Amino acid sequence: MWSFLTDNPNLWYVMGGCAILGVASGALGCFAVLRRQSLLGDALAHAALPGICLAFLLTGSKSPGVMLVGALASSLLGALFILGIVRGTRLKEDSAIGIVLSVFFGGGIVLLTAIQHRPTAAQAGLDKFLFGYAASLVPRDLEVLGMLTLAVLAVLALFYKEFKLLAFDREFGAAMGFPMRTLEVLLTALVVVAVVIGLQTVGVVLMAAMLITPAVAARQWTHSLGLMVTLAALIGAGCGVTGAVLSGAGRNIPTGPVIVLAVTLVMLFSIAMAPRRGLVWSWVRLWRHRKKVRLENLLADFYRLGEPQQDWKRARTLPALAIVRGQPPARVARTVAQLERSGLLASENGQWRLTDTGLEQARRILRNHRLWEMFLSRRLELAADHIHRDAEEMEHALSPAIVAELERLLGQPAMDPHHKPIPVVNPKSEASNPQSS
Amino acid sequence: MTPTPQTATPPTSTAAAQRPSTPAVEVHDFTVAYHTKPVLWDVDFALPEGKLVAIIGPNGAGKSTMLKAILGLVPVSAGWVEIFGKPAREQRSIIGYVPQRESVDWDFPTNALDVVLMGLYGRVGWIRRPGRHEREKAMAALAHVGMADYARRQISQLSGGQQQRVFLARALAQEARLYFMDEPFAGVDATTERAIAGLLRELRERGRTVIAVHHDLQTVPQYFDWVVMLNLRLVAAGPVEKVFTADNLHATYGGRLQVLTQAAESLLKKGGPTG
Amino acid sequence: MTPELAIILTACLTATACAIVGTFLVLRKMALIGDAISHAVLPGIVIAFFFTHSLNSLPMLIGASLFGLVTVALIEALSRTRRVAEDSAIGVVFPALFALGVLLISQRAGQIHLDTDCVLYGDIAWVPFNTIVVGGVNLGPRSVWVLGAVTLANLLFVLVFWKELKISTFDPELAAALGLAPVLIQYLLMGAVSVTTVAAFESVGAILVVAMLIVPAATAYLFTDRLWLMLTLAIVFGVLAAVSGYFFARAFDFSIAGAMALAVGVWFTLAWLFAPRHGVVAQLVWRARLSVRFAGELLVAHMADRNEPSLPVRALAGHFRWREWFGRLVVRDLLRRQLVRLDKAEVLLLTETGRQLAREFGREASAANSHDR
Repeated sequence: MWSFLTDNPNLWYVMGGCAILGVASGALGCFAVLRRQSLLGDALAHAALPGICLAFLLTGSKSPGVMLVGALASSLLGALFILGIVRGTRLKEDSAIGIVLSVFFGGGIVLLTAIQHRPTAAQAGLDKFLFGYAASLVPRDLEVLGMLTLAVLAVLALFYKEFKLLAFDREFGAAMGFPMRTLEVLLTALVVVAVVIGLQTVGVVLMAAMLITPAVAARQWTHSLGLMVTLAALIGAGCGVTGAVLSGAGRNIPTGPVIVLAVTLVMLFSIAMAPRRGLVWSWVRLWRHRKKVRLENLLADFYRLGEPQQDWKRARTLPALAIVRGQPPARVARTVAQLERSGLLASENGQWRLTDTGLEQARRILRNHRLWEMFLSRRLELAADHIHRDAEEMEHALSPAIVAELERLLGQPAMDPHHKPIPVVNPKSEASNPQSS
Repeated sequence: MTPTPQTATPPTSTAAAQRPSTPAVEVHDFTVAYHTKPVLWDVDFALPEGKLVAIIGPNGAGKSTMLKAILGLVPVSAGWVEIFGKPAREQRSIIGYVPQRESVDWDFPTNALDVVLMGLYGRVGWIRRPGRHEREKAMAALAHVGMADYARRQISQLSGGQQQRVFLARALAQEARLYFMDEPFAGVDATTERAIAGLLRELRERGRTVIAVHHDLQTVPQYFDWVVMLNLRLVAAGPVEKVFTADNLHATYGGRLQVLTQAAESLLKKGGPTG
Repeated sequence: MTPELAIILTACLTATACAIVGTFLVLRKMALIGDAISHAVLPGIVIAFFFTHSLNSLPMLIGASLFGLVTVALIEALSRTRRVAEDSAIGVVFPALFALGVLLISQRAGQIHLDTDCVLYGDIAWVPFNTIVVGGVNLGPRSVWVLGAVTLANLLFVLVFWKELKISTFDPELAAALGLAPVLIQYLLMGAVSVTTVAAFESVGAILVVAMLIVPAATAYLFTDRLWLMLTLAIVFGVLAAVSGYFFARAFDFSIAGAMALAVGVWFTLAWLFAPRHGVVAQLVWRARLSVRFAGELLVAHMADRNEPSLPVRALAGHFRWREWFGRLVVRDLLRRQLVRLDKAEVLLLTETGRQLAREFGREASAANSHDR
C-alpha cells in the first residue's frame, strides 16, 4: 500500500516542500500568537498577492526570488496601512486588518485577471498561489525554499533574545534602549518570507492556519519559549509531510487543505489532552473537587444535625439526611456509601453515624467554615447574611497554613458571626487528610 | 486661582543647595499630550541623587505618563529631561525600569529566571546570548528578593506578589544607578510589600536613586524621602517632611476627603515623616 | 432586463445587504469575526449544494448560514477555555472550516458546477443567465430576487431591533441590565451576517465579501458619529464602489468582484485622506493650528505660574527649545487673542485676559480630576 511513495518520485519533493513550510511558519507563528497578532499574518498573506502579480507583470518571471521581492513589498505596504489606519483614524485594529486583507486581495484578483488576459503562455499557474500548488514542486523550487527557510531560521536564532524581549515586554526593551520598532519590522519581514514559502504549498487563503495553529498547539505542551518554537516547527513539518502523503495516496485530494486539517486535529488534541494545560485534565480535577465537596458537605451535615443536642455520633436515617441536604435520597445514599468505604461513617441497622475520624473531619470542616465567616465579617466587614455562601466554598479549600493564619488573625474565636460555636479540632488529627479520592 | 500650594522653595534651588552635584533627574517645562489632550502640563522639577522618590496624584494625573516620558517611551510635546546632566537616551545603561505588572502577559511561556535574565540583555548586547556569568547574576538577583526557589517556575504559576518580585529582581540585575518603578506596591501581599520596602531602603543605602509611582498615600512618609505631587500640573516636589502637607494634598487630590483623612492619620501616627 | 443591468443590480444589492450588517460589525469591533464567518460558511455552501444542486435557494441559504453560527460558537468556546487568545481562536477556526470546504469541493470536482475559482471571485458575470421561470414567465435573474430578499430582511432586522442593536453595540452591560438580551441580539446579528455572506457568495465569492462587509462601513465611520447616518453612508459608499468597480472592470476586462473590492479600497483611501473631521488632511491642519495654540497657552500658564509676567521674545526659543519660526507663530497667535502684549523692548507681558486664562487652567486641572472615576 505504500507503493505510491516509490512510484512517484515527485512526491518526495512535495513532502520536502511541505515540511519546509511547516518549519518556517510554525516557528514564526509562535511570535505572532504570543504578541496577540495572529491575524496580522493572515492579512500579510492576503496582501502579498498583488505584489506577486505585479512582480510577474513587470518581469515576466515566476522564480521564487522575484515573487519574494514583490510579496515582501506589498505585504509590508499592507502592514504599514494597518498601522496607519490604527494610528491615524478612529478605526480599531480589527477593521484595519479586515480592510487591508480584503482590498489588497481584491487588487490581487484584478491583477490576476489582467495577467490571464496576456497572450504569453507563462501566465499559467499564478492563480495556484491562492490554494498552493505543492503537487507541482520541482527540485529547483525546493532548493530556493530550503535556502529561504534556513535564512529565516538563522535570523530568528540570531535575534532570538531580542524577539523574545519584543514579545514579552516591549516597553522594557525600549527602556533598555533596544530599537523595538526596527525589531518589529524585522519580525514582520520574516513572517512575510514564511508567507511566501507557504504560498507555494498551502496558498494565500490557508496560510493563517499554518502560522497560528501549530503555535497554539505547541503552547499547550511547554512552558518554555524555545521549546514552543521548536515544537511548533516540528508540528508544522510533521503535518506538512502527512498532508503531502495523504494527498499523494488519494486521488483529487488537494495538499493545502489536508495539511491545514491535520494541523487543526493536532491542535484540538493538544488543547484537550496536553498534560497540565489540557482541558480533559482540568475537567478531571474539577470532578475530583466536586466529589470532595459532596463528601465533605455530608459530613458537615452530620455535625450540624448533632449540634442542638450535642449528640454528634447519633445514627441518622437516609431520608433525614436527604432533607437537610436538599437532594434526592438515592444521591445521598451514594455519597454515604462512599463515606462508609473511607471509614468516616459506620452503618448501624439501616442508619449511619459518624466514626471517630469522621467526627474529627466534620469538626475540621465546620471550623474552617466558621473561621472564614468570622474573617469575612470581622476583617472585611461584610454583612452576616452575605457570607455563608462564600464560606461554603472556602471550607473545602483552606489549607492548614491558612487556617493557622486565620486563627492568629482572629485570636482563636469561640463563636461565629451567627453565634454558633466554632468547633475545636484535636491538633493531632488536624493535619491528616482523610479523603480517599 | 485654586489655593496656592506650598511649594518648598523652587525645587531646583533646593537641590542645588543640598548637593552641588548634578541632579539625578531634571525635568524642564515638561508637557505631554495624547493627541491634543494634555496629560502633563508644564512640569518642572529636579530630583537629587540617592533619594527614594514617590510620584503621587489621583488617577489620570499623569503619574505613569511622567515615568514613561522621562524614559522616552512616550513622545513629549514640549520641554526636556536630563538624567545626570545628559539626555535620557545616552544614559540607558544606568537606568533600571520596573513596568506595571499588568503591562505584560503572564501566560507567556517562560520562567522566572528567564525574565530576570532579560534585565541583562542590554549589557549582553546584540546577538550574544546570556551565559553562565549572567545566569549567576540573575540567580543572585532572584535570591535577593527571596525568589531563588522559584527560578524555574513558569511565571503564570506565581502569585501577584511573586511576579512583582521577579520584576524587581530583573531591575536589580540591571545594576542601575537610577531606578524607575511603576506602582511597585500595587496589588501585592504584605510579605512582598515588606520585601519591596526593605529593598528600597537598601538601594538608598547603596546610593541609588529610586523614582516610583505610588498610590497609597498612607505609606508615603514611611517608604519615601522625596515626593512629587502631580495633578496634570506639578503641585509640589521636594522632601516629604516639607512638601507632604495637608494643603498640598488638598491641591493634588481636590475634595477627596477619604483619601485626605487617611493621609492625615498617617501623618499624625508617624509624628512627621522619616528623613 | 439587460445582462448589464442585472449584474449592476446584483452588485448594488450585495453592497447594500453587506453594508447594513457590516456597520454593526465595525462598531462592535467584530470585523474579523465577519471575515471568519465569510470563510467558514464554505463547507456549509458545498454541503447544501450537494443536496439542492443550486446556489441561492432558500434551504441552501439557511443550511449554509448555520455554519456561520457554528463558527461563532466554536470561536467563543475556544477562547473561553482560556488556553487560546481570541484572535488566535479566530485564526484557528476559520481556515480549518475553509479547508474542509475546499476539500469537499475537490472531492466532487467535475460533478458539480462549483469550483475553487468561484469561491474566490464569485461568478457575477453569469448572474444574468440564471433566471427564475415560474409558469413559463421569466421573472428575471435569481440572484436579484435572492439578494433583494436578503437586503430587505437585513433592513427589517435592523429596523425592528434598532434600539436593541444600538444599546447592545455601545453599552452591552446596560443592554443586559435593561433585559434586552444582548447575547440573543449578538447571535441574530451573526445569523444575518452568515445569510448575507452566503447570499453574496455567488456574486463576489467567499473572500471579497469581506471587503463589502467592512470597508464601506469603515469609510462611513470616518464621517459621522450618528448611527443612522453611518448606516446610510455605508450603503451609499457600498453602492458607489459596486458601480464604479463594475465599470472599471468592464473597461479593462478585469474580475468584477476584484475590481469592486479594489474600488471600496479606493473610496476608503479618499475618505481617509479628505474626510472633513477625521481625514488626514483635516487632522494635519487642525493639529498644526492646535499645537500653536497649545504652545501659546503653555506659555501663558508658564508665565502666570512662575510669576514671570514678562519674558523677552528672544528668550523663548532657548527657554522652551522651540524653533524660531514656531516661537514667532505662537507669539502672533497670542497677540491676536490678546493674551499677551509686547512692550517696546520686545518683551512679552501677560494681559488681564491672559491671567484669567491661566486661572481657568487651574480650575480645569482640578475639574479634570474630579471627573475621573
